[in-house]
Amino acid sequence: MATKASRAAARLMISPAVLLLLGWMIVPLSMTLYFSFLRYNLLMPGMEEFTGWTNYRFFLTDPAFTAALWNTLLLVGGVLLITTVGGTLLALLMDQPFWGQGIVRILVIAPFFVMPTVSALVWKNMFMNPVNGLFAHLAKFFGLQPYDFLAQAPLGSIIFIVSWQWLPFATLILLTALQSLDQEQLEAAEMDGAGPLSRFFYIMVPHLARAITVVILIQTIFLLSVFAEILVTTNGGPGVASTNLTYLIYMQSLLQFDVGGGSAGGVVAIILANIVAIFLMRMIGKNLEA
Amino acid sequence: MGRITLDKVTKSFGEVNVIPPLDLTINDGEFVVFVGPSGCGKSTLLRLIAGLEDVTSGQIRIDGEDATDMPPAKRGLAMVFQSYALYPHMSVRKNIAFPMKMAGMPQDEQNHRIEAAAKSLNLTDYLDRRPGQLSGGQRQRVAIGRAIVREPSAFLFDEPLSNLDAALRVNMRLEISELHNALKTTMIYVTHDQVEAMTMADKIVVLRAGNIEQVGSPLDLYHSPQNEFVAGFIGSPKMNLIRGAEAAKHGVATIGIRPEHLAASTESGLWQGTVGVAEHLGSDTFLHVHDHGLGEEPLTVRVDGEMPVRHGDRIFLTPDESKLHRFDKQGLRA
Repeated sequence: MATKASRAAARLMISPAVLLLLGWMIVPLSMTLYFSFLRYNLLMPGMEEFTGWTNYRFFLTDPAFTAALWNTLLLVGGVLLITTVGGTLLALLMDQPFWGQGIVRILVIAPFFVMPTVSALVWKNMFMNPVNGLFAHLAKFFGLQPYDFLAQAPLGSIIFIVSWQWLPFATLILLTALQSLDQEQLEAAEMDGAGPLSRFFYIMVPHLARAITVVILIQTIFLLSVFAEILVTTNGGPGVASTNLTYLIYMQSLLQFDVGGGSAGGVVAIILANIVAIFLMRMIGKNLEA
Repeated sequence: MGRITLDKVTKSFGEVNVIPPLDLTINDGEFVVFVGPSGCGKSTLLRLIAGLEDVTSGQIRIDGEDATDMPPAKRGLAMVFQSYALYPHMSVRKNIAFPMKMAGMPQDEQNHRIEAAAKSLNLTDYLDRRPGQLSGGQRQRVAIGRAIVREPSAFLFDEPLSNLDAALRVNMRLEISELHNALKTTMIYVTHDQVEAMTMADKIVVLRAGNIEQVGSPLDLYHSPQNEFVAGFIGSPKMNLIRGAEAAKHGVATIGIRPEHLAASTESGLWQGTVGVAEHLGSDTFLHVHDHGLGEEPLTVRVDGEMPVRHGDRIFLTPDESKLHRFDKQGLRA
């Protein structure tokens, strides 16, 4: 397999796929870079001209940018916290033998199959609506004032909705990891005098470290670009209270028709995502080493 | 300090009765081996003693104290598992320290005991490695080290050598025996390998389907097996069991004769047959003799390593009458 000829053949045959993927990535990236240095507004076609760093200066000094940056980090961090902690606890629960285990496991994964737009709309209209929502009815039943979730706590509500979607994913990955834990290790720990809590923190959590890392990394990729949930619920508002970077770029380029500014925002988002990735890999990347 | 008594202990998993009422006393400082074929309940019995399984009925006493409902950690026993069950994310040092850490022992005492255990088990150079970086034998020693530092009243071994290669197994067998001589602590050892049982035990408990078939010293079991099962299980190669007319001559249902108690000759003897496979070990040769007219099974006989016999040769066999074992219809010693 590893002769010179076979290696050359392998390279030759794999090259079309690599070139295609490379082009697929490099063309939009360079166009974004190019547009980000242009004054390019769809309302003024034919007026494109090179403006240097102006687009970046406008995007970065926009007060909405700082807000969006914090919202993005809060959204990612909040959902990660809820899904990993909640997922670990749910996985522990579902690892216990109980009646109807198979059905419950299928039901638990169900939220993951609901499209983000649909689930956000269901939450918005059927649960969180201050007049018709289930929570409003519940509050009224107990004689309380209904709470307008999306107006009073927009970012919190969106974190909650996104967590609901991602909790099953985390639970399933962690459940399979938990099932691969050698029972004899737990028994050995029990013989060694470790109580349930010690067994959880000294044996189970270290065993789950790698799975938790995978969950965090995969979720971060998707959570940095949460969009549909914001679009159908709060539209980024009130004000910019629930605008994240993705949504800000959308507003810039498609609501204000400012392709140049939107492209500059896109480049900023790429850089920020890479910074987050570097930090994540520094913090938890060692868990992935065998 | 390590006297364990089982009193009418039973264990059922749902409908399946794994261990019928069973009585057994293990004295302080004894090396007891539970041996039996796969699925005979020997591991279950060990786990009952450890407290990893609940007994269905009956009582387990450790040093006279009722331990039936005691959690495993309170029983003062240490267990070495078949898979070693080392904690893969901890260094060898932390693995060995874990039970002491759980007991809240002062750090100085912990270090002292770790050093002592590591020295006696040749692990000093490996204390900062992870289990994944160790060989099978070293992992085995770490598991033993983790058990030693607790200074338990008894050690429980669950087939600890079955994952090692043959040469290492012989070594570890010696090391565990040495350890027992040094510590003088009660040890209970589960194995399906009767060679391990014979070489290590003070007392062997032969189990079949949860029942104790016989309890005794290795030589007791070898010289006077109480029934056909023990006779066939203890000793390597297996005892020849002969039924039918030849057994009837001795007035019993079955007679048994060990391969080493059959005298072989190329000229004359009581029985005769054809040599099948000959296994040459150098010091001895084991012959499988067919067509002897005593039954279906070939007879196994041990002869001197120098005896010039080949496949297909005629051979005559004479049993040593004084070493003949006689069993009645129920398979019990007659």
